[in-house]
Amino acid sequence: MRLFNFNGGVKPEPHKKNAAGLPIAVLPAPSFLVIPLHQSIGGTPRPLVNAGDFVLKGQRIGAGDFSTAGEMSSAVHASTSGQVVAVEERCMPHPSGLSALCVIIKPDGRDQWIARQPFDYRHHSPSDTRAYLRDAGIVGLGGAVFPTHLKISSGKHSALDTLIINGAECEPFITCDDRLMRERADAVLRGIGILRELLNAKQVLIGIEDNKPEALAAMTAAVQSSNQNGMAVVAVPTRYPAGGAKQLIRVLTGIEVPHGKRATDYGVQCFNVGTAYAVYEAVALGQPLISRIVTVAGNVAAPRNYEVLIGTPMKDVMAHSQPLDDTDRLIMGGPMMGVTMPGNEVPVVKATNCILVGSPKLFPPPPPEMPCIRCGECAKACPANLQPFELYWFSRAKIFGKAQEYHLFDCIECGCCAYVCPSNIPLVDYYRFAKSEIWAHEREKESADEARERYEFRQLREAREQQEKAARLAAKTAASRAAALAHVAESHPATNANQSAAEVSESASAATAPDQAAAPTPAELIAAALARARVQATEAKNTTAPTAAQQAEIDAIEARRAEIRAQAQPHLPPDD
Amino acid sequence: MLPALLVMALGAVLLGAALGFAAVKFRVEGDPLTEKIDAILPQTQCGQCGYPGCKPYATAIAKGEAEINQCPPGGDEGIRKLADLLGREYKPLSAEHGVEKPKALAVIDEQRCIGCTLCIQACPVDAIVGAAKQMHTVIAAQCTGCELCVPPCPVDCIAMVPIAEDISNWKWKYPVVAIRPVATR
Amino acid sequence: MNNSPYLHKAASVQSVMLRVLLALLPGIAAYVWFFGAAILLQIALASLTAFAAEAVVLKLRGKPLRPFLTDGSALVTAWLIALSFPPLAPWWLIVLATAIAMVVAKHLYGGLGQNPFNPAMVAFALMIIAYPQHLSQWPSLPAVVQMDFAAQWAMIFNLPPTQTLDALTMATPLDALRTALHNAESKTTIASAWANYPAAGHLADRGREWVAAGYLAGGVWLMQQRIITWHLPIAFIATLGLAAGTAHLINPAEFAAPLFHLFSGGAMLAAFFIITDPVSAATTPYGKLIFAAGVAFITWIIRCFGAYPDGIAFAVLLMNMCVPLIDMATQPRVFGHKK
Repeated sequence: MRLFNFNGGVKPEPHKKNAAGLPIAVLPAPSFLVIPLHQSIGGTPRPLVNAGDFVLKGQRIGAGDFSTAGEMSSAVHASTSGQVVAVEERCMPHPSGLSALCVIIKPDGRDQWIARQPFDYRHHSPSDTRAYLRDAGIVGLGGAVFPTHLKISSGKHSALDTLIINGAECEPFITCDDRLMRERADAVLRGIGILRELLNAKQVLIGIEDNKPEALAAMTAAVQSSNQNGMAVVAVPTRYPAGGAKQLIRVLTGIEVPHGKRATDYGVQCFNVGTAYAVYEAVALGQPLISRIVTVAGNVAAPRNYEVLIGTPMKDVMAHSQPLDDTDRLIMGGPMMGVTMPGNEVPVVKATNCILVGSPKLFPPPPPEMPCIRCGECAKACPANLQPFELYWFSRAKIFGKAQEYHLFDCIECGCCAYVCPSNIPLVDYYRFAKSEIWAHEREKESADEARERYEFRQLREAREQQEKAARLAAKTAASRAAALAHVAESHPATNANQSAAEVSESASAATAPDQAAAPTPAELIAAALARARVQATEAKNTTAPTAAQQAEIDAIEARRAEIRAQAQPHLPPDD
Repeated sequence: MLPALLVMALGAVLLGAALGFAAVKFRVEGDPLTEKIDAILPQTQCGQCGYPGCKPYATAIAKGEAEINQCPPGGDEGIRKLADLLGREYKPLSAEHGVEKPKALAVIDEQRCIGCTLCIQACPVDAIVGAAKQMHTVIAAQCTGCELCVPPCPVDCIAMVPIAEDISNWKWKYPVVAIRPVATR
Repeated sequence: MNNSPYLHKAASVQSVMLRVLLALLPGIAAYVWFFGAAILLQIALASLTAFAAEAVVLKLRGKPLRPFLTDGSALVTAWLIALSFPPLAPWWLIVLATAIAMVVAKHLYGGLGQNPFNPAMVAFALMIIAYPQHLSQWPSLPAVVQMDFAAQWAMIFNLPPTQTLDALTMATPLDALRTALHNAESKTTIASAWANYPAAGHLADRGREWVAAGYLAGGVWLMQQRIITWHLPIAFIATLGLAAGTAHLINPAEFAAPLFHLFSGGAMLAAFFIITDPVSAATTPYGKLIFAAGVAFITWIIRCFGAYPDGIAFAVLLMNMCVPLIDMATQPRVFGHKK
């Protein structure tokens, strides 16, 4: 089979041997689970449970906020049975170290499942299947945590040419996909089969880097025994980042999917092997995504892969691998793209493929940064074929428009450029900075545009209201004048009735030109207004004697208010 | 003589028609300069500049009646952008118009609100909902943080709460340029 | 604490620069072999001046000394200046040139990585305009071989017994051919001028052609080490060869052969060491081809039709000016995008 090439890439030391040699160990539930509600791209799901509730293993505890995020959201589940201790803000496994809403569960040790039922996707509509996967919390487990149900919606074409399964696992230290393929190849393959049917894919290519011969063998054997046509396991050359979705698609099919475009529009779609396994568990076993395989490696005595419940604090996972004494940091992900964790209390989430334990010896701080000498090493290494040093100059000088012109957003932040840079410039940091500034500007611009629109609309509305008010006022004045005139005419019957009647009709029709109407004296107008006021004062107000229906309505409203007040109470500080 | 005159006349008519057509076809709506200035202004509509909104201030700048440093919400960056656009000298923010503050949202204490509608009338972007004698509330997504609703409130139930940083709006910081002198041995 | 990537390839500006210096050694060895050790003295002078000038400017600019003095970039500039100047040029010429390169061409533009012009070539161009007589006096092979190092030392520092250079030097082949061709009274052909040239070698000047071969060898090693890409040297050599070859085929009487051009003057030094200065050269693959071809073509034009015997410095500076434009116009196709 013909393989294609992508520009650049690097070959760092793999460091995979130790963890890959041992079978996956299933970890028991920790003393507390901290399950963040926001674990995938898209809106934050809202909690479905309250403190004190008992939950079962696999029970939905967070549902996507479909009203604000549309379909871009995915559900979250309790990883084991137990009691919800709190629903509160906890430190997230995120470089910012900021907190977000989490459900804290104290496991009861019984590990009691909800009623599990396989989902017969063949007898459901595609939209039902998507909703099922969404509610099962299935997201991409390669690290990007993009909701899977969004990727199986058919694109422009009804059938997909190629379904690509990503088992490349190119980052050093990480071996979770390797072990999964070695140990659970049949289940992975059944998941692939389900994805294939859902996408109606003509052929399936399973890409695995050629430094994983055991995984290649296991998957090949599984494919052969499954008797599926048009399915092949392909060994791809080991070169970071061959496991990037875009790079793997390019290597296997030659197709380049540009930034911001959907792969399905190019006839391909790519899923991680872990995702395929999660799909199998959700569809065939009825189990939502509540655990994943996590590699613990780096500065530990016993690197290994573990099957970990989502929400397990990282320190509990790490402890099984015995971190060494000089440990100075925790990295979620690999050494090329991982992020330093704000502490070791943060929980394992769906995105956690690896807990990399670092030490100053293992990951020494880079030597002092030197100026860029435009040597072009970064451009040679860039898998997106960008000119990283140009992006660096623009980002450093905060010329964001130019940076975008040079395709900043095609950067996948793989870190190859910073890896090879002889000046030790933290290039990726500059791109992250520029990207988040651009996003912030975009958000600001959007809200400014909305504010402008609303302000202009308000101006328009006020002008219109003023006009209407003036017109109303004019009409009213004219009418009251006519009435006053009539009144005057009535009280002075001696005046020429003919003339008076003519005046009345004239002034009534003169709403547009009230000035021209024959003017009654101000004293007469005042007298007429006073008379009207007297009449109004004697009339009953609507609040003095409400009808029975009105009273009932009032009571209902008061009851609702009382309820709202009662609900608002617990949120107040106790001494308030 | 006559043919020459006719040719000239015909030419005049044709060119006049072409110019007239171009004037209609490529007519520029509004004042592009005002639009460009307005695009830089933050659209807070707070009136701190002394004009009743961003658009009037933009018009005043375009006419040369206003300085470019009267917009506190736009801050230093806004002044620099205006200076760039107009080719004027950069000036620090004029103190009489206010100081640059982090962006905040108005929040109505719903327990204290008496439903007087004064804030609704004050809001330049209609971001407060409520009716007379009913509790009011601010639509956070549409609030520009202009503070115009704060003074009219008779019971002081509106507070300006700075927007807190959370995971969705968190930004990567500018990398610290670390050219450290290495300790000499 | 730093962010990802946490792994770094063991590469540094220093190691890049050191390997460039290493690659210059074969050429320098040939130089010493044919023309004596004077060049080593010039290299030492240039290096010392470069360090001193850089230290002073860094101090004035409030920059840390250690990382910038040890990065090796000053040495590369200094060596290139020494190697492109006549070996017996007076000491002050080389000191002045190096100081100008470091202070004006490098640090006034912002220091390492910021200079739009190749510092060595700026210095060379300024000197050839200011002191044309010193820069046209190249010692001829037979004369220099008879000199020992002490005599060469005395010559550079203008010590007694003072000798005038005129006795030792002669026109370089490029110069000789130009004079022969442009002399209106005794107009001659390339072939006859070359036949009369006393220091004629296999391809060009005897001795200097071997120095050029040394540069070529070092340059090939640099390519093998992936310090420089093939684009710049190959495009330079191909363009110079093509331009000279075409003209030579059409009119061999007035245009020298391509190999003569390639092995004369500073062509080989330029191809592998001067135009490959990454800071001032184009950076995109196509841009490098255009840049190098431009330098080669302008060099050939100046050599054949200009007033200076060799035109590399001017060609490089002219093309340096075009680099931003070239880079902008030759941005490579980004992954997933059409051109």
